Amino acid sequence: MYLNEMLLLGAVLFCIGVYGVLARRNGVLVLMSIELILNAVNINLVAFGAFHDTVQGQIFALFVITVAAAEVGIGLAIVLLLYRNRRSIDLDQVDLMKG
Amino acid sequence: MSVNIAAAETAGKAVAASGWFLENAWLIWLFPAVSFLLILLFGKRFPRGGSEIGIAAVGASFVFGLLTAIQWISKVEGASRGEAEGEYALGAGGLAAAEGEASGGVSALTRSITWLTNGAEAIGAGIMIDGLAVMMIFVVTVVSLLVHIYSTDYVAGDRRYTHFFAFLSLFTASMLFFVTASTTIQMLVGWELVGVCSFVLIGHWWEEKDNSDAALKAFFTNRVGDMGIIIGVSILFFGAGTFDVIGVNEAAINGSMSHTVTLAAALCLTAAVMSKSGQFFLHTWLPDAMAGPTPVSALIHAATMVVAGIFMVARLYGVFFEGYSIGGSSINLLALIGGVTTLVGATLAFVQNDIKRVLAYSTVSQLGYMLLALGVGAWTAALFHLFTHAFFKACLFLGSGSVSHAVHSFDMKKDMGGLRKAMPHTYRTFMIGTVALAGLPILSGFWSKDEILVGTGGWGLFGGTGGNGAYTVMLAMGMITAALTGAYMTRVVYLTFFGEFRGHGTPHESGPRITVPLWILGGLAVVAGFINFPAGFQLVPASWEEKFLQWVEPVGVSYFPSIAHATPSWTLAIASVIVALVGIGAAYYYYFVKVRAVGPAATELPDGPTSRSAVARLGHRILVNKYYLDWLYTTVIVGFIKGPLAKAAYWTNQNVIDRVVNEAGIRSVQAGNIVYHKVDQLVVDGIVNATGKISDSSGEELRRIQTGKVQQYAAIMFAAATILAGIFIIVI
Repeated sequence: MYLNEMLLLGAVLFCIGVYGVLARRNGVLVLMSIELILNAVNINLVAFGAFHDTVQGQIFALFVITVAAAEVGIGLAIVLLLYRNRRSIDLDQVDLMKG
Repeated sequence: MSVNIAAAETAGKAVAASGWFLENAWLIWLFPAVSFLLILLFGKRFPRGGSEIGIAAVGASFVFGLLTAIQWISKVEGASRGEAEGEYALGAGGLAAAEGEASGGVSALTRSITWLTNGAEAIGAGIMIDGLAVMMIFVVTVVSLLVHIYSTDYVAGDRRYTHFFAFLSLFTASMLFFVTASTTIQMLVGWELVGVCSFVLIGHWWEEKDNSDAALKAFFTNRVGDMGIIIGVSILFFGAGTFDVIGVNEAAINGSMSHTVTLAAALCLTAAVMSKSGQFFLHTWLPDAMAGPTPVSALIHAATMVVAGIFMVARLYGVFFEGYSIGGSSINLLALIGGVTTLVGATLAFVQNDIKRVLAYSTVSQLGYMLLALGVGAWTAALFHLFTHAFFKACLFLGSGSVSHAVHSFDMKKDMGGLRKAMPHTYRTFMIGTVALAGLPILSGFWSKDEILVGTGGWGLFGGTGGNGAYTVMLAMGMITAALTGAYMTRVVYLTFFGEFRGHGTPHESGPRITVPLWILGGLAVVAGFINFPAGFQLVPASWEEKFLQWVEPVGVSYFPSIAHATPSWTLAIASVIVALVGIGAAYYYYFVKVRAVGPAATELPDGPTSRSAVARLGHRILVNKYYLDWLYTTVIVGFIKGPLAKAAYWTNQNVIDRVVNEAGIRSVQAGNIVYHKVDQLVVDGIVNATGKISDSSGEELRRIQTGKVQQYAAIMFAAATILAGIFIIVI
């Protein structure tokens, strides 16, 4: 019950995140969507941790938050450089690696 | 690395606890080895060019060697005391008791590690410390230390000063490694190492072609003998099944190695001895080796390296004793080579004008003496002579170096004479060395030479001396050499120190770093003989007799043949002294009376025997040409190889080998063409091209996936993750 609701919240957040990553063109919004995915994972971790009455889930969530901060830092730096070079952060236009 | 302690010290009796220095004798060669690396790498940065490192290292080796010797002696003495008191009459185990040896014996102390394992055969490396090794360590470290000190003056200002000391260190380390070796493989390694050091140091002044030629001659002549030691060691391994010195000797003595195999090994090793120890007819490199700096001649080519061959025979004496059946015969190859060498060396010494060459031939002659002694079974006498010879010959060599330092030449006839007044220290020490070498009582050479003559057992004419056989011929050879030795040394002394100075400038006595080592060696040349008074010698207390024999000779152990000892004889001692005095007297009459009467600067009689007698002239010419051995080697052997043999080889090469090669070449080209057209072009290239085409077309298809759009990649990733998750759920 309690756990189910948390898992549902996580699943919803994950789906929104996936949609954002796949559908949005704005680089910053894609990064935000990735944050949503990661937070969905965090909710799952904390929820299962509470369910099993252990502290590992929360600790692991803290690690994920730390890594996410680093990731978003790099991501925003990339987006910033992208904007400086192209005056746009539209990801559809970034296809120099096209084979 | 497994340390397997193969202590062989429990030979039937309790021995005094072996000391720390005996156990750790490997340190003795480690010091100079480390010093070699230090001098080579950092020597130039030291204020004295690295020589201080060398002296410190050899000094440390000397102290350790001395302490090892003291511990060994106390062990031997303790064992014999215990024997006398009957405390250990029923010793534990009873190896000696089983052999029925009344005197028992103290076996060598061996410590070894497994060096490498080849199949089932573990090859060990380690130390073997007994009286022989201890004695050699003492000789090597003493002479090396004095030569190091001497060299700091003698080669001062040399352009390769540091290099010189580095190789002196390496030589000392190699020699010490060689004499403490517990396996024949180690002996082989040490043997080759000292050879390399000898080569490097002879050619120290390689800018002059003569010197580099001499170095090459020494090296190549030694290679001839080195083949002998390699083959000999291999034969011994296959005969005895081990590389251990003790094991090899035991196999030879107890007969588990057949006599034929032992003889073959002994013959091969004899070839090695002939080259390394300058025995006739491979001795020709040794006089030429005098091209090296004099300290090198003293250390390597008089006192230590050249006795490596003698040491090897002594170390593997079981093999030689059994192989040549030394006991009970009257002639064998070893004694014959020694006897011929001692005569050849002594006669050749007469016609040399270069003081170092005289001493070199003298060394050849004395080495022949030692080998002769080993050949007749007088083991202790040979090593005793090695011991005393090292001191007096090093003293003579360093004295000749001191002389040449003053007159800048080695030519006795042109640049020396009358140096007695100018160089009193050199003169006195040189005289001590000369008298010791000539074998006059009571100096060291007398005791050791007399012991060799006694050991031949050939004095049977006057009551017999007992021994391993009646080697009367060897006794005669030794006696003649005794006379010749006295005579040629008298000649050297006259030409160098008496008469009138014939060189240029005013010679001065050398500095203390040269004269002090000379006096130390001179002192040793006087007293070294006292450690082995003959048995039954009435003039000293009985407890002083045969100390050297007691300390050095491994009596009553399983790896040493039981050899008989000759009885010393007063008549023989007196006869040998008379013979030496006759030689000296004849030379004295010739030089000090007749030549001096001609004029103070004269070196030969104007109407000497060579101008009067055709026989003397012929003899002189043969001697000047060194018995035509060099001519034989360079003109006949090398000339034959260069001339007819090379021509024949060339013809064979052109007409036989080249035709075969050409024919083979043509056929190869034809075969190659077929291979090229059929195999390479069709099959191999086809496969390669097909691979390329497949890669190309598949790549063309796959290229479409790579759009460069990040979100498409993400979509593919999520799709794949979903599919994997689906599989995961369904399957599990």
